[in-house]
Amino acid sequence: MPVSRGIRARLALEDGWTALGRSVGARGTTSGECVFNTCLSGYQEVLTDPSYAGQIVVMTYPLIGNYGIVEGDAESDGAQVAGYVMRECVRNPSNWQSSETLPDWLARHAVVAMEGIDTRALTLHLRDHGALRGVVTTETLDPEAAVARARSVPSMEGRDLTGEVTVREARSEGGGDLTVAAYDFGLKQNIVRRLAEAGCRVVRVPATASPAEILELQPDGIFCSNGPGDPAATGAVIENLRRLTREAPELPTFGICLGHQLLALAHGGSTYKLKFGHHGGNHPVQNLRTGGIDITSHNHGFAVREETIGGRRVVAGAPELEITHVNLYDGTVEGFRHVERPLFAVQYHPEAAPGPHDARHHFDDFVAAMRARRGNRV
Amino acid sequence: MPRREDIETILLIGSGPIVIGQACEFDYSGTQACRALTEEGYRVVLINSNPATIMTDPASADETYLEPLTIEACRRVIEIERPQALLPTLGGQTALNLARELAIGGILDELGVELIGADLEAIERAEDRERFQALMLEHEIGVPRGGFARSVEEAIKVVAITAYPVIVRPAYTLGGAGGGVATTEDEFLQLAEGGLRASPIGEILVEESVIGWKEFELEVMRDGADNCVVVCSIENLDPMGVHTGDSITVAPQQTLSDREYQAMRDTAFRVIRAVGVETGGSNIQFAVDPNDGRQLVIEMNPRVSRSSALASKATGFPIAKIAARLAVGYTLDEIPNDITGVTPASFEPSIDYVVAKIPRFDFAKFPGANRRLTTAMKSVGETMAIGRTFGEAIQKGLRGLETGVDGAFDPALADLSDDALAIRVEIPSAERLFEVVEALRRGWPVERLRVATGIDPWFLYQLERLSDAAAEAGDAFPTGEHAVEDLRALKGAGFSDSHLARLWGMTEAGVRGRREELGVRPAFKVVDTCAGEFEARTPYFYSSYDPGNESRPLTGSKILVLGGGPNRIGQGIEFDYCCVQAALALREAGHQVIMVNCNPETVSTDYDVSSRLYFEPLTFEDVGAILAHEQPDGVLVQYGGQTPLGLAVPLERAGAAIIGTTPDAIDRCEDRDRFSSLLSSLDIPQARAGFARTPAEVRREAARIGFPVLLRPSYVLGGRGMIVVRSEEELERALEERLRLSGAHPLLIDEFLEGATEYDVDAIADGERVVIGGIMRHVESAGVHSGDSTCWLPPVDADPAVVATLSDYTRRIGLALPVRGLMNVQFAERGGTVFALEVNPRASRTVPFVSKTVGVPLAKLGALVMMGARLEELGLVEDPTPLAIAVKAPALPFAKFPGVDPVLGPEMRSTGEVIGLAEEPADAYLKAMLGVGIDLRAALAGPVLLALEERDAGTEIARALERDGAKVETTPVADAPARIRRGDFALVVSTRLDEPEDAAIRRAALWAGVPCLTSVAAAREAVAAVRGAGERLEVRSLQRWAALAQC
Repeated sequence: MPVSRGIRARLALEDGWTALGRSVGARGTTSGECVFNTCLSGYQEVLTDPSYAGQIVVMTYPLIGNYGIVEGDAESDGAQVAGYVMRECVRNPSNWQSSETLPDWLARHAVVAMEGIDTRALTLHLRDHGALRGVVTTETLDPEAAVARARSVPSMEGRDLTGEVTVREARSEGGGDLTVAAYDFGLKQNIVRRLAEAGCRVVRVPATASPAEILELQPDGIFCSNGPGDPAATGAVIENLRRLTREAPELPTFGICLGHQLLALAHGGSTYKLKFGHHGGNHPVQNLRTGGIDITSHNHGFAVREETIGGRRVVAGAPELEITHVNLYDGTVEGFRHVERPLFAVQYHPEAAPGPHDARHHFDDFVAAMRARRGNRV
Repeated sequence: MPRREDIETILLIGSGPIVIGQACEFDYSGTQACRALTEEGYRVVLINSNPATIMTDPASADETYLEPLTIEACRRVIEIERPQALLPTLGGQTALNLARELAIGGILDELGVELIGADLEAIERAEDRERFQALMLEHEIGVPRGGFARSVEEAIKVVAITAYPVIVRPAYTLGGAGGGVATTEDEFLQLAEGGLRASPIGEILVEESVIGWKEFELEVMRDGADNCVVVCSIENLDPMGVHTGDSITVAPQQTLSDREYQAMRDTAFRVIRAVGVETGGSNIQFAVDPNDGRQLVIEMNPRVSRSSALASKATGFPIAKIAARLAVGYTLDEIPNDITGVTPASFEPSIDYVVAKIPRFDFAKFPGANRRLTTAMKSVGETMAIGRTFGEAIQKGLRGLETGVDGAFDPALADLSDDALAIRVEIPSAERLFEVVEALRRGWPVERLRVATGIDPWFLYQLERLSDAAAEAGDAFPTGEHAVEDLRALKGAGFSDSHLARLWGMTEAGVRGRREELGVRPAFKVVDTCAGEFEARTPYFYSSYDPGNESRPLTGSKILVLGGGPNRIGQGIEFDYCCVQAALALREAGHQVIMVNCNPETVSTDYDVSSRLYFEPLTFEDVGAILAHEQPDGVLVQYGGQTPLGLAVPLERAGAAIIGTTPDAIDRCEDRDRFSSLLSSLDIPQARAGFARTPAEVRREAARIGFPVLLRPSYVLGGRGMIVVRSEEELERALEERLRLSGAHPLLIDEFLEGATEYDVDAIADGERVVIGGIMRHVESAGVHSGDSTCWLPPVDADPAVVATLSDYTRRIGLALPVRGLMNVQFAERGGTVFALEVNPRASRTVPFVSKTVGVPLAKLGALVMMGARLEELGLVEDPTPLAIAVKAPALPFAKFPGVDPVLGPEMRSTGEVIGLAEEPADAYLKAMLGVGIDLRAALAGPVLLALEERDAGTEIARALERDGAKVETTPVADAPARIRRGDFALVVSTRLDEPEDAAIRRAALWAGVPCLTSVAAAREAVAAVRGAGERLEVRSLQRWAALAQC
């Protein structure tokens, strides 16, 4: 004795669910919305995905950190999650590319994390009761006090977090002949990689960029990125997008995740909060036109509302946006396109990272639309 | 796409007898396919020679042909049944090869049968290694360098470009048979020659060795709309060089980054598309260079496989069932996921636990065999375990093997010197994991073991943590404020109570008692395919020491059925058949059935079979926890073979109600003294017998009984460690080399009835009445294990008076015990006297064979009787009559163990069995032999080599053979082994079992694939069968046999 005790940490949720585990990474207290992720691998991508800002991520797979940290697999410069909960954090990774262990990385990036939690029991709780506000703390070990702290965490609904994760000023990456103006609401690095590989120069622009600032870049296309928070709470951003898509209707426009929701809102659509969201790498998405299925990567807590008008499935409130993709798990909207303009968006993550590559073709479609427009102009 | 309407009848081909490399996983896939296609409204026609399977239960298919898996038999079935389609991908390599031959031979075209699932082109592209390699290169998919050879000369040319070490793989063989790794030219030439011979098309692949690389497998499914999903990823603990069937494997993969894993997934889809498997499951194997991550495709199976059974059980995604539906036109999104009920099958399972699969070996049965694990598979079974940590999964898996260890630690290794251990860890073997753990216990660094074993450090670190935990566990039961936490951590790492008891100097019961006092009990979690994202409807559970319990005890009448655990020689699919039949019968009768088993290959571990499945090791600790949780009304221990039977007494002491025959009655049969007095009281002759706990006692008892004597340990199945000793000298040798005496289980010593005829009787009894299910006569005389004997049902050529005595004795015993359920009695008859050898008051290995031959579901009825039904109520009052003449023949694995003398003895060594069914005995015998790959007509046409015992020489057998036209040579024959290897003989009859020279003859026959009969009795039956058989062997379905019997 002892077998493995370590520093105590407590997880507490607003509804009183709480459990004691061991601290990993930084000590202290962190708070956020507690969500579960069902990816088997790809913890590094999850930790660095800006869409997880404000969230405590619970990994359903019990062994996290198996292959350590791999340089070049990060989705942003640092840790983005508010907190991290594992069944077991692996201290002795093995992979030829591994440059650091996960616990060391978590400590270096000051992530308040914990292990030793029955993450399956926690996941079932979140599934049944929905995403809940919570804290991970090494300071407030008393369960009641910790639950009280969880209750004081602001709700994700109504929170605009894009300002916390966006670039401060425009920045260009990749050297292709097509210029993409990419709204950075928390842009994942792999989206930039995909676009760059397809021949694009990607100019990241701040979430607050005005239509004029965008058009000044003379872009071949506009990209609306993924990101955290409640889409409906980003008033100015939605307004900018509304004006931009009106002013430059011919510009190919592509949105992913939060970008998908914002484009819907900019066209008069609406969004709602899902009970516990989609966070994983195994969701089947069906293309309504071809019937084909892609297994896709997901990370979102809100979804776009749909309605049926004259037998057509469209974004509720935006009949010009026709539903193109649906989730076969729960029937939610996974993609739409504008019936007249080169504008389309998907709720899931075709850039993967982590997750399967099945939906990569969307980037080709976007690039093809940009090239088609160029061809038309010549 | 909707189901295909242009198909009405579908032919399924089974995989034949259980052999190494092809076990009951194909009964699982075939049974699932039969059920799925029947539910879809198709007429299903099945052909399989294996009577022990659940798929050949007459209820599984519309027409069930228990016929040899030959082109001729298949052709006849097709001619009679006229199916529109043949689904070849669910019966293993056997079915695939047969389908391929039927297609190439033009039979399918001629009779208008379409291959569904995979067409001939796809099969050829995947199975013909040369084409596969070319195809991969064409699609720029990495494969090892190498080439193909059809002769030794060509092989030498290929090896010049690859350099040593090289892998030799024969085309179209099972479980890598005939393949291996060569590091020198001599080894290479030997392997190349053997491989060319092992391959049915005389071709081998010689390729760059990727020995020591990491090995992975992906289970992929594709539908007719080109949607692809990965059902499961699997990572091997043992690196490349050990056949994946012999490797410890885990799921999901652990050591690839997401980026690497997704690249592998992309490649897998490119492979399945390039090969053109239209629909269904495929298995793709990868090697990954640990130094730079380079990924190479090693092979793909365009069919369901052992790994897909494992993947199905590991994830809850039923690959075979879905593959069958895809083959008839559905797409993945049109098929619901049974487990959630609300999501479609077009997804990739996410799991929130670790799965470990561990192979089970039976080397002890093959003295002389090389125990080193290679690319040719040698394991006979496997166990799977699920845990929330690697330790929990692997230690549960290891204790589920039932090899006497209770986790990852083998205390016996403590005596090994460091030098000896250093040598042992370098050799891949059945024991290597324990040796690695022992080395870690001694403080050897992970890096040293990585170099010595090639095992990825991830696994070594995980094992090191177990070793550290054991060291930190201290020498007494934990106390103080951290006691619960510390104990929970140890249990969560998979440490068994019995191991902890050893560490803490306590009894297992003592550890359990104090653990439960502290409230440290396992919780049961659900296997749900989705990591908890959706509610699961299907009750499939595993235990863990994570606190959240998801299993609410079932309400209503519930019976716990204990399965048989990992397959091993002597305890295999027959028992799974019985457990499944029990589950079906009890559910039909309105009870809930809780199944406990840990064998991923089986039908019993299909979550569809029972009301609730616990995938757990069959140890007292693990079963006891389920018992305490569920509190079932009864426990059925008599159907899973010796494993659950051994738990009967401890479970009863723990408060379980054992249904059917009481543990006390079971003990009356197992305990020699009680058994002997039982027989005496019933006036039934018995062989002289005794038992001994020390060498001195062995000598004394042997002298009292008189040589020859039969020696065996008590409480074993399949005659493990059983030997015949004919003299004092032999006894001394045996005491020195073979016999391990243990106080708990003494050695049994029996008079050996040389030359006696053996009989097996299967019966069912309800305490008032005994109904004889079948009486079987063994072809081989006493001394050959009943499981390895060829036998007749009914007992053709037996003296009616003897048969009457057998029935009479069986009834006396069944009423006296009394038996409530199934029983099996083994008898020997010599000079008109019938001796009772043993009574097994449980399901026997022959229950499925007898049930199918007589057309009565004995196992189902037995289960109902155990629940209190009377045979009269069940309508079974008279002994049933066989529907046809049946012969059961054993499938022997000698070819997998070069160097072993292929003779039959008191120790069982067959892995499986086939049946031959016909109106005439001769036809039945020929069919049974065809079923195990022996064409007696061709063999007896000669030339025949006779190497007979003196007492056999000059018998009518040589004359009989010659009279029938064969050229016969009798030993001594110069260079006999060399001439056999050259192919000079079509048959060898070798009965001098103690002559080393003759062993060389038999080994040569084995090597050359020449049938070798080792008893005059077998030769005599063979001659009679060839003489008596009809011109053409007619085929008939079980359903048709039953209908004819009604007339």
